[in-house]
Amino acid sequence: MTATTKRSARTKRSREHPQRTPGPADGCELYRQMLRIRRFEEKCVELYSAEKIRGFMHLCIGEEAVAVGVMQALADDDAVVATYREHGQALARGMSMSTVLAEMFGRVTGCSRGRGGSMHLFDSSLRFYGGNAIVGGGLPLAVGFALAEKMRGSNRVTACVFGDGAVAEGEFHESANLAALWQLPIAFFCENNRYAMGTALEREHAQTDLALRAASYGMVAWSVDGMDVMPVADAARRAVELVRDNGGPCFVELHTYRFRAHSMYDPDRYRDKAEIAQWRTRDPLPALAHRLRADGALSDADLNRMETEIEAEITAAVEEAEAAPLEAVEDLTRFVYSDRGAQP
Amino acid sequence: MTAAPAVAELTYREAVRAALRDALSQDDRVFLMGEDVGRYGGCFAVSMGLLEEFGPERIRDTPLSESGFVGAGIGAALAGMRPIVEIMTVNFSLLALDQILNNAATLLHMSGGQLNVPLVIRMTTGAGRQLAAQHSHSLEGWYAHIPGLRVLAPATIADARGMLAPALDDPDPVLIFEHGSLYNVSDSIPDGTEAVDIASAAVRRPGTDVSIITYGGTLRTVLRAADELERQHVSAEVIDLRVLRPLDDATLVDSVTRTHRAVIVDEGWRSGSLSAEITARLVEQAFYELDAPIERVCAAEVPMPYARHLEQAALPRADSVVAAALRAVGGHA
Repeated sequence: MTATTKRSARTKRSREHPQRTPGPADGCELYRQMLRIRRFEEKCVELYSAEKIRGFMHLCIGEEAVAVGVMQALADDDAVVATYREHGQALARGMSMSTVLAEMFGRVTGCSRGRGGSMHLFDSSLRFYGGNAIVGGGLPLAVGFALAEKMRGSNRVTACVFGDGAVAEGEFHESANLAALWQLPIAFFCENNRYAMGTALEREHAQTDLALRAASYGMVAWSVDGMDVMPVADAARRAVELVRDNGGPCFVELHTYRFRAHSMYDPDRYRDKAEIAQWRTRDPLPALAHRLRADGALSDADLNRMETEIEAEITAAVEEAEAAPLEAVEDLTRFVYSDRGAQP
Repeated sequence: MTAAPAVAELTYREAVRAALRDALSQDDRVFLMGEDVGRYGGCFAVSMGLLEEFGPERIRDTPLSESGFVGAGIGAALAGMRPIVEIMTVNFSLLALDQILNNAATLLHMSGGQLNVPLVIRMTTGAGRQLAAQHSHSLEGWYAHIPGLRVLAPATIADARGMLAPALDDPDPVLIFEHGSLYNVSDSIPDGTEAVDIASAAVRRPGTDVSIITYGGTLRTVLRAADELERQHVSAEVIDLRVLRPLDDATLVDSVTRTHRAVIVDEGWRSGSLSAEITARLVEQAFYELDAPIERVCAAEVPMPYARHLEQAALPRADSVVAAALRAVGGHA
């Protein structure tokens, strides 16, 4: 490297084309996206039982309002760092069913060329840096994305999604402190589904008000009903605007619940059936459909059309994944180092 | 008529600082981040003066949050910056091991080639300063176990000066281990940036009777041992690994093919160590060239004690290297 190759980290692009947080959400579209995620994951269960999908698979059935509500608040240039329970977020961010499903089938056409599986969905073109399977492990990365944007003087926001379990990790506290100390443009979205795998919130946290704990770091933090996509969408948009306008971090806790077990391996013996049934009465899909129909915004014909289109999309994705080739075994050690980097 | 390059006398510390200054001057994406790198000037005074020169955004003091700021370095690298993260010592890097292994080393592969992590992590390593068990580790061999990382151990002033630039140029994560006993060592090197590679081992002293393979902080110990061996009419070839991963097998095999004997000197613990890996590779690739069993001189397998005589007894010393080399040549040099 010589002085003549001096590079500039500053970008003026952001000032010329300021990112805007998208406008108010359309309820029908949010419903459609939640339905798409729900039907996709229901198909994933079938495919898992048929042993087409293997390994660990974590479903967000019941939590679709969080995925859809948060993702719709982001601009294309914003970044997302998510967890291993990220199918819904990946789809809502714009990844295709076929690339996600092919990944779960272990095919070379999958987003991570079959090297990641269900827990490691990535799409750098969508700035979706999801798929972190170490609880809390994605938070410092998100801080780094936000730090890079701050140093470059851009106004891009980094959205970091994680669960209640991560709040018990040191990495949450290190990241919250760094983000607040350095006033980084990061929106923390805590998807509080009340269980860290099998350990209930009150059995893992001395203080179960997670927003209160985030607030102790000096950032704006509040809690929202995560079972209703409209308040989630509003809160996410407010959070992203706050971060974009002020530069510093904020924290939104989304109270939600997973209707299914932690993973396909989980016998779900630690939850009361009545508790699950109670939360199912708050299923984000029928509740919103009911409201939209009452408002005359959604007809039976609309619903049928959505179902039909989604079914066709799923069928096509399954067929594509079934037919897709596998990565050549000779390429096993590819991507350990970059092509121009070291070789093992 | 070409002027001879000016020769500068530099300490190891000054060499690392000069490399940092060059990198920061030449590329706005580069920044240095770590505990006490700014106002304090670096725990080992490596970054002294850089805060005044480059400002607090680019010479960034961090809280004591190793996992947090190493992960932040990874994220910033993913986002297109070229961070240099300083972990005060390898001992503290254990708090960031998740980020280094599960993210930095893994993301490129796990994302099917989408995500590069062009990150440099510098840390001090090694014993010898009576800092006791928790501040004296040599764990670079552990990091050399991990696919996806490049692991460097500059043992000379020239490498301390030259290795940072190619490390920053590497699209993948690079770990640089600076032995704590080296910072005050000085040497004369050509003025300006001397380009070095970060791929090969180097023969630091040619010889014919025995190959002594080492790296980092023990290179000077081994060179002293080679002087003593010469007095005893044994010609030792001294190889500095320089790059602990990926290992430069060719240089090692070439040397052993000429000397037919090998001694490996490693400040890490013997069991499951880098010295064990090199032994295995020589046996795999040069078995029929060997005229004697491979000898290893490693740290004693104890948590490093504080008392000076105990610490010295635990570490590879010139006399133990000489004894190992004499065993290897077995009076047949």
